[in-house]
Amino acid sequence: MLKIRGLRSGYGRIEALHGIDLDVPEGEIVSLIGANGAGKSTLLMTVCGNPRATAGEILFNGRDITQLPTHEIARAGLAHAPEGRRIFSRMSVGENLQTGAIVADPKFYNEDLERVLVLFPRLKERLHQRGGTLSGGEQQMLAIARALMSRPRLLLLDEPSLGLAPLVTKQLFTNIAEINKADGMTILLVEQNAFQALKLATTAHIIVNGRIELSGTGAALLKDPAVREAYLEGAGPKLEAGS
Amino acid sequence: MAYFLQQLINGVTLGATYGLIAIGYTMVYGIIGMINFAHGDIYMIGAFISLVGFMLLATFGITSVPLAFFLVLVFAMFFTGVYGWTVERVAYRPLRHAPRLAPLISAIGVSIVLQNFVQLSQGARVKPLQPMIRGAYEVYNDGSFQVTISYLQIMIIVLTLALMLAFTLMIRFTSLGRAQRAAAQDMTMAALLGVNVDRTISATFVIGAMLAAVAGLMVTLYYGVIDFYIGFIVGIKAFTAAVLGGIGSLPGAMLGGMLIGLIEAFWSGYFSIEYKDVAAFSILVFVLIFRPTGLLGRPEIEKV
Repeated sequence: MLKIRGLRSGYGRIEALHGIDLDVPEGEIVSLIGANGAGKSTLLMTVCGNPRATAGEILFNGRDITQLPTHEIARAGLAHAPEGRRIFSRMSVGENLQTGAIVADPKFYNEDLERVLVLFPRLKERLHQRGGTLSGGEQQMLAIARALMSRPRLLLLDEPSLGLAPLVTKQLFTNIAEINKADGMTILLVEQNAFQALKLATTAHIIVNGRIELSGTGAALLKDPAVREAYLEGAGPKLEAGS
Repeated sequence: MAYFLQQLINGVTLGATYGLIAIGYTMVYGIIGMINFAHGDIYMIGAFISLVGFMLLATFGITSVPLAFFLVLVFAMFFTGVYGWTVERVAYRPLRHAPRLAPLISAIGVSIVLQNFVQLSQGARVKPLQPMIRGAYEVYNDGSFQVTISYLQIMIIVLTLALMLAFTLMIRFTSLGRAQRAAAQDMTMAALLGVNVDRTISATFVIGAMLAAVAGLMVTLYYGVIDFYIGFIVGIKAFTAAVLGGIGSLPGAMLGGMLIGLIEAFWSGYFSIEYKDVAAFSILVFVLIFRPTGLLGRPEIEKV
């Protein structure tokens, strides 16, 4: 569904991605794991056209979206729940969801709203509250729900577990699995919580200093001793020397 | 008491027009974080387009006042909107990622261009317009002083309130309004959700210009004279109104406009008419010193 070839991108003169090849097949959860500053978020943002790729191509359902303006990419069926959630804090939860539905056909609005509120019942209780008053976990739920309101074909999730309590994180990953199973939603997941991300993933990639170092099924990477050492047990020498 | 009431009526009329212009300042500030220094001249353009509209209708022989007024209103809003769109296109969009000072300078440049363009094309002399809407209600009479509210004043106040209401509903409930608020809070996120940010910013300029056009039309009718320089002082006053109410806040702009209008009217009525601008701008100074976020503004806690 998403096919990335030789992608380079960065901020100003600093290149953050040095040629990424990545495939996200339809219906799967693909996880990207890596340390801080490895380029995970930059990759997701580049797919959305901000920053713009300096080389390589991004194909979405066979269509070249590399040079498409960001809002057109959203229209093409790609939704992003970005790093830091970026909730509209001065809008109510309901308005945040309405804003998410901007590219969707209005006739599905009620149905979609119903669906995300069943998925995240907490948001239903908070529908008229301002986005800024939500807790971190609730904001993350809102960010995902808002992305789903656009009826995407591919969902990009950037560190949904960031800063959340372990119990909330667990719930959230259950929700993500549910979105994937129930709606057959294709998901590209960026995570620092490597264990959860690998457990969930059909395919996973480890990204180090702007390059993909290691790829495999989630189960295989979970067992890989180098991955275990660098990302799962915390201690020991890091894969990415010098980052 | 009677005198006070009369000044109140005058002040509310004046405040209504300031409020309409202030909305343009505050909206543009809300969405791109910059003051549109050409906005006062957009208002002046609106006044001139209205004048041209009345002249055209007179040559076509349309003499029915309500019809002429309605046609000129639509005409002025449309063409002033085009000017607003052009200002954004010329002075702001090419400099979207430039340092903040750059679009400020280009906007001042546009302001100078507009003034000189009107001076050259329309002449530097003051343009008069025959009063079209005459007559007044007597509100109160205490024997020595007669308080009146003219039909035109009623029209200005009613039209302004109606526009402000329509505009508030637009911002709150339409998808354009939501897109504007979303872009104002987080442009990147709005774009990720499919909001065409450039078009939303253009729409903001156009709507602001349209409201300024209505103010321009009403002031043309109210005072009966305009010239190419009216945009400057009125623009700064409306800007003061926007700052007083809290720049970025829509109810603030309306409230600020009303307060500036009232301050001016009462100062002129009780102290001296020569110093009414001093009174209005002193308010700006005091607001900036003691309450920099304005009456209804929120403190700058979030940074985009």
